[in-house]
Amino acid sequence: MRRKISLKPITLLLFLSTSFFFGQEEAEHVEVKTDKKTEIKEYIQHHLQDSYDFSLFSYETESGETKHIGFPLPVILWDNGLKVFSSSKLHHGESVAEVDGSFYKSYHSKIYKTDASGTINYDEEHHATNEKPLDFSITKNVFTIFAIGLLMFFMFSRMAGKYRKGNTVPNGAGRFLEPIILYIRDDIAIPNIGKKHYKRYMSFLLTVFFFIWIINLLGLTPLGVNVTNNIAVTLALALLTYLITTFTANKSYWGHIFWMPGVPWPMKIILAPIELLGTLIKPFSLLIRLYANITAGHIVLMSIIGLMFIFKNWLGSSLSFGLAFALSLLELLVAALQAYIFTMLSALYFGSAVEEHNHADH
Amino acid sequence: MEKLINDFSIGLFFWQLVLFIGLVLLLRKFAWKPILDAVEKRESGIEDALKSAEKAKLEMQNLQADNQKLLQEARMERESLLKDARDIKNKMIEDAKGEAQDQANKIIEQAQAAIESEKKAAIAELKTQVANLSIEIAEKVMREELSSSDKQLKLVESMLGETKFN
Amino acid sequence: MEIPTIVGAGLIVIGAGLGIGRIGGSAMDAIARQPEASGKIQTAMLIAAALIEGIGFAALFAA
Repeated sequence: MRRKISLKPITLLLFLSTSFFFGQEEAEHVEVKTDKKTEIKEYIQHHLQDSYDFSLFSYETESGETKHIGFPLPVILWDNGLKVFSSSKLHHGESVAEVDGSFYKSYHSKIYKTDASGTINYDEEHHATNEKPLDFSITKNVFTIFAIGLLMFFMFSRMAGKYRKGNTVPNGAGRFLEPIILYIRDDIAIPNIGKKHYKRYMSFLLTVFFFIWIINLLGLTPLGVNVTNNIAVTLALALLTYLITTFTANKSYWGHIFWMPGVPWPMKIILAPIELLGTLIKPFSLLIRLYANITAGHIVLMSIIGLMFIFKNWLGSSLSFGLAFALSLLELLVAALQAYIFTMLSALYFGSAVEEHNHADH
Repeated sequence: MEKLINDFSIGLFFWQLVLFIGLVLLLRKFAWKPILDAVEKRESGIEDALKSAEKAKLEMQNLQADNQKLLQEARMERESLLKDARDIKNKMIEDAKGEAQDQANKIIEQAQAAIESEKKAAIAELKTQVANLSIEIAEKVMREELSSSDKQLKLVESMLGETKFN
Repeated sequence: MEIPTIVGAGLIVIGAGLGIGRIGGSAMDAIARQPEASGKIQTAMLIAAALIEGIGFAALFAA
């Protein structure tokens, strides 16, 4: 009871202060605010997208020139033959890159084929209609995935090396990682898949858990990499779950999809397509969940950070700083939670694929 | 939805798929297998150790119980031996006592019998001697009495007088 | 008057939020009643919440 009472004035204060800030802003800097707002919006949009070079930040020099700090990455295109060139040629979409007589320009983080002057044609909805070459570039995200893969490989093979030497007690990073590995084995894999089959899936489950977790965490660092908010990445992960489920499934799994036992035959015919669709929806929900959670987290977090620059006064900025801090902590939790849920649901689907139904029980 | 499909990058998808499958396979060979095997080995080792400890404890308990039993048995045996010895002793004493009593009784009986027979013999002798003596006395008396004819006649007379005719 | 799709998405999100709230609340009740089964309850709760969440996101992206 006491707690409730003490909370009231704070809420009131918050409410009053926000209206006060906004009032002030509207009165004085209408122009500046809209400008900043669109800038922040664009920045967030940009942040959520992949890019062809690894840029940490960019700034404007006094002469009005935009400078990017970072390093270029290779662009690999398939356009009547393999074309490899450095992304520094693209100049962040500011100029046209000429490779073997073809011209390419990046526009909204996508490479389009253009003419020498770099014209981009738009349709009525302002989408570019230029031809898109098949793009297998080592983008920032691919680079990050590669780096994470290397990191994981070295981390875990080093850990494994210590175990292989007959070390019975974990030490170093193993002391932290082993309980997590055991947790995945004992609390995710074994209860959902069953003791008989779980070993087959352990490699995938462990890799997927650590991969998503580490990459989510990396997304929260100021490096600005942001891999799991790409639908392509999550689709690849979910597709693997789907493929593994499909290819390791036993007879009874398919039996339950196409000819559900224990229901009258007209129902069986109705159920079969529903169940078949269900097998597709399951991994689809996996990919959407991961993608949406991480994207939403990034948008909210960056918007609140952006508010700091909109308020431009100490109270508002410090408030949004506090909020951003709290949300970052929440995002830390979400990073682990999404990895857990992805692993958990994958294990559940694998479990349903290898489950042995005992019809005497029904 | 449209935006999602528009944002979809085949290149990223391709790379993610390839790199991730590679990562899974590499880690399976170089990390997960050894780690899980080692953990499993350790777990089974711990389990075995616990089991053997439990077994040793049980054995120990059994041994102790055996010891206890043996001790108990020994004690019982000792007790029974002692009891037997005591019984034998008592019996021997009892037997000895009984035998002695019997012997004594027999001796007394024999003695009594001997005394009786001696007594009888003595009485019989005495009787014969008394008879002899009285016969001798009677002879002597007779001779004296019947030395004269008078006296003979007198006797006859008195005897006849004593005898009454009925 | 046409209702913008985002309103529908908002409605679905409200529904999903209520649903997840109910799941969470029921799970709390269940854990309070049977603390020893908290692991199983948590798992079931997460799965149910994840399914509803999926619908919510699907609605959001459809909008």
